This record gives sequence, C-alpha cells and structure tokens, in this order.
Amino acid sequence: MAEQDKYVLKQEQANLIVSRLATQILEKNVNAADVVLIGMRTGGIFLARLIQEKLRQLEGADIPIGVLDITLYRDDISTTDQHHFVRKTEIPFSLNDRVVVLVDDVLYTGRSTRAALDAMMDFGRPKRVQLAVLIDRGERELPIRPDFVGKKISIDESERVEVLFDETGTLLGAVIQQRERTPS
Amino acid sequence: MSQPEKKVWERKDLLGISDLDVWEIELILDTAESFLEISQRDIKKVPTLRGKTVITVFYEASTRTRVSFELAAKRLSADTVNISASTSSAQKGETLIDTARNLEAMAPDAIIMRHPIPGSSDLLGRHVRSSIINAGDGAHEHPTQALLDAMTIRQVKRNIRGLNISIIGDIAHSRVARSNIHCLTKLGASVTIAGPATMIPLEAEKMGVRVVRTLGEAIQGADVIMMLRIQRERQGKVLFPSDRDYSRFFGLNMENMKDAKDDVTIMHPGPINRGVEISPEVADGPFSVILEQVTNGVASRMAILYLLIGKGGSDEAAA
Repeated sequence: MAEQDKYVLKQEQANLIVSRLATQILEKNVNAADVVLIGMRTGGIFLARLIQEKLRQLEGADIPIGVLDITLYRDDISTTDQHHFVRKTEIPFSLNDRVVVLVDDVLYTGRSTRAALDAMMDFGRPKRVQLAVLIDRGERELPIRPDFVGKKISIDESERVEVLFDETGTLLGAVIQQRERTPS
Repeated sequence: MSQPEKKVWERKDLLGISDLDVWEIELILDTAESFLEISQRDIKKVPTLRGKTVITVFYEASTRTRVSFELAAKRLSADTVNISASTSSAQKGETLIDTARNLEAMAPDAIIMRHPIPGSSDLLGRHVRSSIINAGDGAHEHPTQALLDAMTIRQVKRNIRGLNISIIGDIAHSRVARSNIHCLTKLGASVTIAGPATMIPLEAEKMGVRVVRTLGEAIQGADVIMMLRIQRERQGKVLFPSDRDYSRFFGLNMENMKDAKDDVTIMHPGPINRGVEISPEVADGPFSVILEQVTNGVASRMAILYLLIGKGGSDEAAA
C-alpha cells in the first residue's frame, strides 16, 4: 500500500458495517434457514465469511457458503486483450428454492453482478437472489441494484477502491488508489 | 501466488509438450482444475466461448479423444464441426495444406487435428491463422494426453516433483509416452521406462529417463505406473512373438503388483487390451485411475481451448 492511499473505511467502521449487513440480511429474510451466501472471488469470499460468522453469533444459524468465480461469464472475454485466470467455483449445495445472498466487496459497473446472476441460473433456480456489498461506488452500466449496502462513495474514474483483508480474512478497511488498468 | 513478473499466455497453438515452459504447463493444469466442476453440474455449460467455432479433423480412428474435445468445446459453448478424413488423402503434404486452407476459409477459431505423420500439426500451424491443437501426430506427440495424465497424478499425489513414475510398453511407437516423458520430467519427476527391447527407442536415456529391462524393476519403488496400449496398427512389423508372450513379460497383473508400493497409482491412456498389457483385476482395481483420466481429459481440453481461443492466460487474477 502506497503512502498516498486514503482510507474510505477504517477497520473499526468497516467491521461495524459488516455487523449491520448481517442484521439487515436477517431482517429481510425472517427464515434464515433458507439463506445461502455466495461470495464472489476474491474479496467477496472474505466478506461472505465475516457475514456468515456474524449470522452465527446473531442467530446461531449455520448458513452455507459458496464461492463463485465469474471469469467464465464475463462479457469482455473476447473483446479485451486482458487475460483472466479461471479459479475454482465451489457451490457444494443446491440453490433451488433458496434465498441466495450474493456477496461482493465493491459494486461498480454492475457487470460482475450480471455475470454472477447468469452463473447462479446455471446452478439451479433460487427462490430469490439478493446482493450485499461493502462499498457501492455508483456509476452503474447495467440496471443492477444492491439490496444491502455498507457504504456509498463517489470517486473519480481514474481511481479504484481496494477492500483490504489480511491472510486470516480479517477486514482491515478500504482505501482509494490510482487505477493502473481498465475496469474489470 | 502472483509472481514478480506477470507471465501471459501468448501461444496460438498447442503442438507438443517439448516446447512448453514449466509455468505454461502449470497454468494449464491449474486452469483445468477449475474447469472440473462444470462437468459435475446439472447444466454442464458455461457461455465463455460463445460464437467461437472449433473444427476437429481426425485422420486416424479415435473415440475418447474426439468425444473429449467435442464435449470440452460444447461445454464452453463453442460450436463444433467434426470432419473425418480418409488416411489416403492425408499421405501427401500438399493435400493437408489444401485441406487446411479450405477449413481456414470457413473461419474457425481452432482446428484440432490427429494425423499419422509426425510434425503435421506444426505444418498446419504455420499455414493457418486459427489455433491448432495437436490431438496426436504419428509417434511424435499427444500433448493433451500428457496434460490430463499430469492433472490426474497431481490429484492423487498432490505434487509431481520427486515422484518415481514408470512408463511401460511400446515406448518407441508411443506419442503418449513421448509427451508424458517431456511433461513429467519438466515437472520434476524421475521417469523410468521399460518394455521389450524392440520397443525401447535408441538412445532413450537422452530424453532424461532411466531404462530398465524388466517389468519387475519398473514396478519396484514406482509411485505411478503408466501402462501403454500395444498398438498393432502403428507397428510396421511384429515386435513381439504373441499377445500371451507379451503379457507374460510385460503385462501388469495381481501377481506382479505384489511388489508395487502400497500406495501405487495405475494409469492407462486407453483403450485397454484387457489381459494383454494389463489384467482386468488391475485395470478395475482400487489403484487404477483410468476412468479419472478420462474425466480429467474433458477438463484439461476445456482449459486448453480457453487459453488458446478465450484469451484466458495470465498467471494471476485480474482485479
């Protein structure tokens, strides 16, 4: 992390937000037994695990968690020269008739969410799909709307938000950096 | 696992293992592992190669490899066309290039070819813009077989480095053996080969392998035993007296398996000649991963198609 990075979320604040997201998920889904969490690689996985832990504390519920890699569903595979490494998708349970909460760390253009929604449909027919994000930076390019938002920010196109986790999955906060490459 | 310098897959063709770097082999294997899950879904399809066209051209008989490639392409949403060509028209180099130019005129993204002449896919690769995938060129190479074998060994043994791997059978006529020797030695395994003297290539040691004379020596201490099919169609002459004779000296069975390591893994590229190079009890036994090899074949071919025509090739994830 460079010196000039500025925090948009400090560690304490970020973790309070995760607790709030978990509470809101419970509020909206009275029957927690229906809920499954799907973390979108890579930041969404850590965030989903934190939400899962909070839900366990709040409700005593053991919410299943899956991992989704959207690479194969991207809409820019053949139009950009960027190379995308395919990582594993692990959804070891049926999504039929479940409430799927998609979890991502940052929501921006909505294109990743579109890809994730398409992937979901290949895994079954969820009763409902909801979207939880830690940071919404706006500027959507598709008609996608999150259900649970940690914090809304507005930043320049040349900047990017990085949500920071350590190796154990502890949430350290979020910073704004100068972007090196085109949006993903 | 990002490396200091980002490496990007830039190859147009997959012609053989001999010219691949270790990181490229590992990239294919890592990618293939991610593709395994797709074939286990109810809906076995992802949209990644939508609008791409893949042509398979087989100048030699094949069930497994052709079906495997076709399923791999279809599960990635590519359109596939299969062409069977007669062996006779393939004997002339001119004709092959003509065929290639005609195929090229239909704008495919990848051409997968099996051909009896070594080097034929290299030739094709130089004459067409499409990606060429070698599905076996004579006794030269069969790279996708070696990659699915390496993937299978990694699944069972976790790491290939340091393993003792014995390849047994007709090494001289086997493109599977050749590609596997390149692949496994590059990945750090110690490879031993064994077979009748008429089936061991001259100067085999130059490929970095140990040559032993008997099946017993090859079994002893091996972590993986790879049996090769006796390929009657590829031999110009009789290289051993009879099937029974071959089986007696180089056939893997329950009796000689007693000298194998407790956790040995048995592999065979198929189709197997039951009772010749491998007994049914061993082929269907608990140490055999022959069907896992077939399953992994689809995943590794998906990975190769993705890397070659889906632009999927860096060794680290984009943001």
